[in-house]
Amino acid sequence: MTQAIGLYSYWIVILLMMAGLYIMIARYNLVKKIIGLGLFQTSIFYLYITMGKVDGGTAPILVEDATLLYSNPVPHVLILTAIVVGVATSAVALALIVRIYESFDTIEEDEIKAIEAQEPDS
Amino acid sequence: METLVAIVLLTFLAIVAVGIIVLRDLLGAVILLGLYSLIAAGAFVVMDAVDVAFTEAAVGSGISTILFLGALSFTKHEQKPRGNDSVMALIFVIVTGGLLIYGTLDMPHYGRADSPAQSHPDLAVRFIEVSGSEVGPPNIVTSVLASYRGYDTLGETLVVFAAGIAVLSLLGLKRRRPEEESPEDAPGDTPGVKPDDVQSQY
Repeated sequence: MTQAIGLYSYWIVILLMMAGLYIMIARYNLVKKIIGLGLFQTSIFYLYITMGKVDGGTAPILVEDATLLYSNPVPHVLILTAIVVGVATSAVALALIVRIYESFDTIEEDEIKAIEAQEPDS
Repeated sequence: METLVAIVLLTFLAIVAVGIIVLRDLLGAVILLGLYSLIAAGAFVVMDAVDVAFTEAAVGSGISTILFLGALSFTKHEQKPRGNDSVMALIFVIVTGGLLIYGTLDMPHYGRADSPAQSHPDLAVRFIEVSGSEVGPPNIVTSVLASYRGYDTLGETLVVFAAGIAVLSLLGLKRRRPEEESPEDAPGDTPGVKPDDVQSQY
């Protein structure tokens, strides 16, 4: 039982990651796929921050108190970088989707494939 | 108490994720994704990651949502219904998730102070002890970000710059709404006939 409580947050985070992965695989809409990617990314951020948490700790900002326990700052730094890079990735993906919509007049993956099958040269 | 708040927020996240899966309206799904980021930011505060929380609230929940809404204003708001949900995808996701959960059984429990990530003498322990005198700022995250892992941050800046160049070269500086454009035929379409019209003839 104590194990289940200690690992509960990891399990929910894995559930959320799999929700994002499922959207990316099973949905044909390109924007929906990128939404799934965002879901997956945020869940991974959550997983990292979970690993940095120390029971009874406080935010890693130095104060004049030697008895204070700090949470781990290293995962925070990694995730700060990852958040910004993640937004850059989705921005490029969305720009590509806008261009695809202009060329094919659809953002559904299977319809784009059908159009391309009709005219292999284009 | 802290753990209880974290668990409640996690449960909220799970509910929002289910909402994103079932919702067919893309606008609603984008707003739910923003809500998801915001709840995650709240949970980050509970887990002492204040810097990550405000970055997530501003960038993940704010800028990201605006980018999605901007993209949706050029495309369609509705995801087309599909008859059969992919069984293969479901099986793949369940197997992957099961393997990951099996992997967590060996992981240090939530909040443990003696886990390797917390106790390695050259990483977190050293940063907490000497960053105040070595670098200066009281915020340890700032010290690590700008000094100990400065090249990492430089690389991040390069990635953002490259992404900006990529978006500009894909879209150009001037952008018009699709309805204002002169009627232009997409490759693969019969000129003057939309795909919907072709279908409605049969």
